[in-house]
This record gives sequence, structure tokens and C-alpha cells, in this order.
Amino acid sequence: MHHFIDRRPNPKGKSLGNRQRFLRRAKENIKKMVDKSVREKSVTGADLEGAEQVTIPARGIKEPHFAHSPKGGFRKHVLPGNKDFVVGDTIPRPKGGAGEGGRKASEDGEGEDGFSFSLTREEYLEILFEGLELPDLVKKTTVETETVGTRRAGLTTAGTPNNLNLIRTMRNSLGRRIALQRPSVAAYQAIVDELKELESTPTPDEEEQARIVALQEKLTLLDRRRKLVGYIDPIDLRYDTNVPEKIRNSKAVVFCLMDVSGSMQEREKDLAKRFFMLLHLFLERAYEHTEVVFIRHTHHAQEVDEETFFYARETGGTIVSTALAKMKEIIDERFPTDEWNIYGAQASDGENFGNDSEKCAALLTQELLPICQYYAYVEIVGEEDEKLLNNADEGADLWQNFRKVHTQFPQFEIRRVAEPGHIYPIFRDLFAAGKKETAR
Amino acid sequence: MSKLLFDGPEWTFELLGKAHDAIEEIALGELGLDVYPNQIEIISSEQMLDAYSCVGLPLMYQHWSFGKRFARDEALYRTGRQGLAYEIVINSNPCISYNMEENTMSMQTLVMAHAAFGHNHFFKNNYLFQNWTDAAAIHDYLAFAKNFIANCEERYGLDAVEEILDAAHSLQTQGVFRYGRPPRPTAQEMQAMQRQRDGYVSQKSVLDLWTDSTMTSEDNNQTPSDEALAKRQGKMNLPQENILYFLEKHSPSLQAWQRELLRIVRYLAQYLYPQKQTKVMNEGCATFTHYFIINRLREKGLITEGSYLEMMHSHTNVVLQPEYDDPRYSGINPYALGFAMMQDIRRICENPTDEDREWFPGFAGDPDWKAVMRDAWANYRDESFILQYLSPNLIRKFKLFMIADDAKQANLVVSQIHNKQGYRDIRSSLAQSYDLAYQEPDIQVQDADLRGDRELKLTHAVREGIILDPKNRDEVLKHVRRLWGYNVSMTALDQESGARVSHVSTAA
Repeated sequence: MHHFIDRRPNPKGKSLGNRQRFLRRAKENIKKMVDKSVREKSVTGADLEGAEQVTIPARGIKEPHFAHSPKGGFRKHVLPGNKDFVVGDTIPRPKGGAGEGGRKASEDGEGEDGFSFSLTREEYLEILFEGLELPDLVKKTTVETETVGTRRAGLTTAGTPNNLNLIRTMRNSLGRRIALQRPSVAAYQAIVDELKELESTPTPDEEEQARIVALQEKLTLLDRRRKLVGYIDPIDLRYDTNVPEKIRNSKAVVFCLMDVSGSMQEREKDLAKRFFMLLHLFLERAYEHTEVVFIRHTHHAQEVDEETFFYARETGGTIVSTALAKMKEIIDERFPTDEWNIYGAQASDGENFGNDSEKCAALLTQELLPICQYYAYVEIVGEEDEKLLNNADEGADLWQNFRKVHTQFPQFEIRRVAEPGHIYPIFRDLFAAGKKETAR
Repeated sequence: MSKLLFDGPEWTFELLGKAHDAIEEIALGELGLDVYPNQIEIISSEQMLDAYSCVGLPLMYQHWSFGKRFARDEALYRTGRQGLAYEIVINSNPCISYNMEENTMSMQTLVMAHAAFGHNHFFKNNYLFQNWTDAAAIHDYLAFAKNFIANCEERYGLDAVEEILDAAHSLQTQGVFRYGRPPRPTAQEMQAMQRQRDGYVSQKSVLDLWTDSTMTSEDNNQTPSDEALAKRQGKMNLPQENILYFLEKHSPSLQAWQRELLRIVRYLAQYLYPQKQTKVMNEGCATFTHYFIINRLREKGLITEGSYLEMMHSHTNVVLQPEYDDPRYSGINPYALGFAMMQDIRRICENPTDEDREWFPGFAGDPDWKAVMRDAWANYRDESFILQYLSPNLIRKFKLFMIADDAKQANLVVSQIHNKQGYRDIRSSLAQSYDLAYQEPDIQVQDADLRGDRELKLTHAVREGIILDPKNRDEVLKHVRRLWGYNVSMTALDQESGARVSHVSTAA
């Protein structure tokens, strides 16, 4: 007797509950490692595509049990493969433990120092952005648009034929037919067949004739019953229903603005890039649909693709306001504010031409900030510029002007960074949950 | 027309059925095996990893440690540092074996012979499994345990359940009866337990009724001068080796549901205990069976030379025993030792030497080697099996030698080698290394005065000066304290002299 079962189509992720419990248990350690990894590694799209390998200290996830100490005492070991030992030979004790203590060391595959496993992209991002939230989801200046969609809302007994739920209907029908003993097609057909066969015999004897009569009676009875108990009765019918539902608009566009003039070297660009990537990832999780617009500028601004934005070189002067004007232009052209949530992120080394900074401030206050959900300005300073890092009062023209804007618009944030390690804390700082409430 | 069962690497359910029937004919008809009905399930690698993490059981309650095991195995598997087993077999009726979908048809045949007949026969006939596990009921029990724990999580919160399970898991090895047979509850008692589980009966434990009264009190050599102590020990069935059992019955601080959690962990530990005690025999039996069957299949012309070679290749990999100085050496391979011993028993029956006749007068030259083998499979566990059946011939073949490792000496000493003087010593030492009661620390509950300081007193009998790993010990004691609710102390006493080696307590 054998019995084969194909288990492969069974639902996957049977151990998902265990995994969640494990992540929950090791959360603090994992969080620490994720924060560290994002600080150390370059946050490019490629890095975050696949699974993330993390190693966490084994401390918090040890499973202790009573065990003999690997050292001390008297023990006997039986080993295979004697070559040339005779009784009484002495062997120096192997280093690092008594006897073959070494082989028992990692009974469950983990060393003293760490436990390695991989996080999926979702888990990684979940932990990375944990506790962060989007600032000011509700716009003040524009009405949030709502589109109307539909949502499944169970079953009803009335509806249009195109919404008929066949499975439910047939289930009801079958139950009713069984309960009311409607003769099945097969049973009915069997009688018809038998009758036909009997009738086709040329000279039926008495017994057969009696049988024919009995069958005919039965057939009329079954016919009657079949008529009375319908195959599908209106009572069986079930329809899917949908109810209209208002869906909140969830499209976002991120404008990444970067100064690419001669003063922005690889280091500066790398820092800016990290910030932009984090922002992009974060918004991608928060919105159904996120678009990114890259604008680079020297003394003139242009919209470019990602590749050009991060890697291409260009020389020229520095006029920041051109980028802001370009952003405004693109918004007017392609992103109507009643449909899109608009985010701005700008990175620069703080240098600007002449009195252009005032123009920038004016552009921001009058044109851009009223329609932006959020705008972050990150100034990249030299690692040795501690004076600038620690003192917000110091700074060039652009910084000073932006500081003024900051006091007027709470959705406008300015920060300074000097090294990769700063990016993530600053990012967390900008988006920390509940920060807005306390700030105001 | 060709008699071949299959030709080519791809398997189908139809071919599997044909192969199964051919194997069954040999296994039952020729070897005389007696098996549970087979239920063979084909699973994917991910499902195999799932099964790994849940100690091979088909249903398991949820706990973070299983998630940890899964994450580790997955990482090892994905990076290619660890392969997956071809099959997992469960001691249940019907006998469930999981076969990997990646296996070729030859491998599926080998795996069926190995698991669905070899292991299956062993589960059904070995006395340990017969006496200690209930193959027909394990699925229902696992389903109950899973649901019960899920309900507890819902009612009392993940943290509360995790705390108890963590503590209980740390005492798993101390959660089995090694000597006393666990009492079987009667139908009424089962009903009472069910009511308790459902929450109808309050705190008062009905379990006391059936366990304490039916458990035979263990012999107590000590003669406590204190009469109160004697009375307490008698009442609580002390000393008690099964710490989880003791805590479940007598802990003053646990709720009914928490006791049930301990019971679940204890029950599963007990269910798996026979498997831990019969690794060599179980694998030996299964490997011998598949070896016999694939050779018979070949002789009958049912498989091609190619697939026979594929099976033999896998077989020889499995029974490889690296020598002690080989980098691959990681202890004695239970497959190798078990298989070699089974083959050796057959040889002793068929072609005994004088030495065999001297050592094994009971069965040397026995015309029915199959009966001798079945008898061995039914009535021994690793320790007694090796003690009884390991022959000088095999000791020579494995070139076994013994090392005495005395921490007081600077060097290790070779104490016995594979010669006439050494056989018995090597055999009994090897047997002892498979005796779990000896290999696992001997820890007992000695006393707990519920009317006095309520301190739970544990003792560790120190054998040969081998103490407990202090880090682990202290962590586990913390867990015990959590379950007991009051302070816990552990005294290590030398087994020979009775001298106190150490004493620790959770009281600061």
C-alpha cells in the first residue's frame, strides 16, 4: 500500500511566523547592524535590490542548556584510524581545548562572535526606515484630491448578471439539491436507459412488463420532482458587490537638485547621492507611485537622467536660482499640484554667484515652498570645516538666506554634512516621527 | 520486454509507484520487514528547510528559535556551504517521509528503500519507540500543541508565551524520563486533562491525580535524618530527574496554561528521546535495508547499471568514515558504524570465524541471519547494541583506539588499541559514549520546602570530575528561577566521594 502526495503546491512561507518572531527577538541588534551597514556602504540602487546579509552578535539569541564543560576532568575518547600508536604512547594535548573539544564548539553552527543570515529587501527597508514618517502629509495650500474607486464588499442576493458569483451560487444550488433530493442526472439517465432496453425487447414476459410499468411510474415521479426542484433557483443566486470608495491621492514626485559645478568633487557628489538615494527609497515605500526628477545646474540648469546626474561632468559657474526656476517650470508643465505631492531635495557645497542667493530665497518663498510638501537643503562642507558644522550661524550667502527661509516655512529644512556617516543620522533626524509636532 | 522499473533520471508519480511496489516486494517478502503504511510526500527545497527548522516534525508551534534555525540553514544552503538531506522521515502511523523534488529517479528509489522501509521498520519495531512514543497520535498532539500555543499568544501576548517557552526549551534535555516509564493516562484522565486545557477546571491540577499516584517512587538511597524532608521528598516524588515534569507539577508560581506549555515541551522532548538514543542503529538499519534492496533490484534486472552506480555512489558517500586525523573527521559517522555492524552481523551468521564463535556463541553460524538482525533492531538501543554486537573484526577494520584524557596530565595517553587486550575496553567505552544518560549531565531536583524558604535545590552528580559549563549553567538557572518563582540553587557533588564541588544560587 503506498500513498504519494505532492506537497510542492502547498502555500509557501510556512515558517514566516517563526521568522517574524526571530526578527522581533533580535531587533535591537539587527537595527544596529542595518544602521551601520547603511552608513558604511554606498547606498546605490544595486545595493538594495537583493537580500542584505547581516551578522548580528549571538548574545541576545543564545539558547542556553545544561552542558558539560569541554575542559577538565577525566574522559575517554574512541577514535577510528589508528596508524602507528601503541598502548602507552603520549600525545601532546591539542591547542585550544581538551581532547577533541574543538569539534563540539559550534554544535548549532554559530560561533561565539556572530550569527549571519540574510534579510529580504523589504525587511531591510522596514528596519531602515522604522520610526520615520512623511512630514506634512496634508497640504495646506491646495486641496487634496480624491479619486473615486471601488472596493469589493462581499456578496448580495441581487445584482446584475455580469456580477454573478458562480462558485457561491453553485454551492448553494448543490446544497439545496441534495437537501431536497432532486434526482441527479445520472440516476435519471439510468432509469431512462433501463426502460429503453426493456422496451426494445420484442416479447417482454410478465416480470419485465411489471418492471416497465414500475419504471415508468418512477420516471414520472422523478420528472415531477425535477420540475419542482429546479437546478438553479433564484434563491441560490449570489452576486459580487462593489462599493465606491474614495481613494486618497498618493502620487509623489521628488526633485533632486544638485550643484555640479567645478567645486563639487567626487566626494561631495557621493555624499549628495547617498542622501538622494535614501530619500528616493523612503518615498517609494510611502507612496504608490513615485517619480524622480533630476536637475543639475552650473550657471544654467537642465533636467537629466539619473546616470548623467550622478556621473557626467560639466564645468561652469554656479547660479543656484536657475535650478529652482527649472523646478518651478517642470512643476507647471508636468506635475499639477492638485495631483502630486511634491518633494524637493537640494545638495550643494554652499557656493553661489554674487547676489543670486537672495533670488533663490525669493523663488523659494514665493513660488516653490507654497506648493511643496517638504524641501530639504543639504550643504556639503569639508571634513575639516568644523566651524561650519557646529555653528549654524556661520556660513556663506546661500546658507544665510536659506536660514531666513527656514524660519518662515516649517517644511523647509537645512542641514550640513561632512562625511558619509552623517547622512543617515541627518536623514533620520529630518523625518523622525512626531518631530513636526514638537517643532511647532 | 524490458523489466526495468525506470530508465532515465526524471521521476513521475507513476514510476515512483512502480518502484515502491518493487521495493515493497523485496522488503516485506525477502527481508521480512514489518512497516507502517507509507505516505510519501514530495517537497521542494524551501519546504525541506522548513522541516529542518522544526526538528523534522510536520507541524510545530511557533517560536523564534525555529526562525533562527531557518535563517541559519537558509544562509548556509544559499551560499552552497551545506546541502540538504534527500529525505526526512517521521515516526508516525502512517509513516510520513518527505522526499526532495530535486532527486533523480534513482535517488528517489534509494531514498524510498532507506526511509520508507528501513527507518519505517525500525520505528515500528524497536522497543524504545514502541514503549515511549505513540506513532498514531503524534499528528493530533502536534496540532493541539500548535493551536494551544497560538491561542495562548493571542490571550496572554507573545512575550509572556516566549518567556515560558524559552525557559522550557533550555531544560529540554532535563525534560525526559530516562528510567521510569511515563505513565499512560486512562480515558477518564484524558478527558479531565482536556477539560483543564479548555479552561473548565481552575488552577487545581488534575494531572496530579494520575501522575503522582501512578509513578513509582524512585529508590532513595539516602536516609534523610530530617523526617520532614523525607516526607516532602516522598510527597513530591523526589529526587526527580525530570525537571520540567517537576516544575509542571509543583511550581508554586505557574498558571495552568503555563504548565501546559511545559507539558508540551516535555512531551515532545520525550517523543524525540528514542531517536537520540538510536542514531547508529536507526541509520544502520535503514542503510543496510537500502543496500540490500538496491542489490536485489539489480540482481532481478529491475534497474540499469547506470542507476545502480548512481545509488552506490551516494551510498558510499554516506557510509564514509574519515580517520581521526582527516580534516573531514567530525566524530564517528553513525551511518558508517551502523551499516558496518549490520553487515558484520550478517557475516558472522553466514561465515563465522573461530573468533566470532568465541565472541558471539549466541548467533555465530545462525542460518537465519534476517531473524538475528530483526531481533537486534527490535530489542536494543545504540549503547546496548554496541556493547553486545561490536566485533573484534570491526574494531580492527575501523582501527579503533582509545585515548585517555586526564586534565591533570600534560599529555593525552593512548590507553587501548585494536588488539586482543583492547577489544573489550574499546567496545564498552564506545558503547558508553552513546549512552545519553551518561553523556548528558545528571541533574536532579533534590528538595524544595514550600513551607520554608521555597528554594528549589538542584544537584549535579559530577562524574569523572567533569563539571558543567558555568556560563550555560547560570543562564539556565535564571530560566529555572523564572519557572519556579523563587530562588534556585545548584550543588555539584562528586559522585564517588560525595564531596561538594561547587554551589551556586540565583539568590544574589
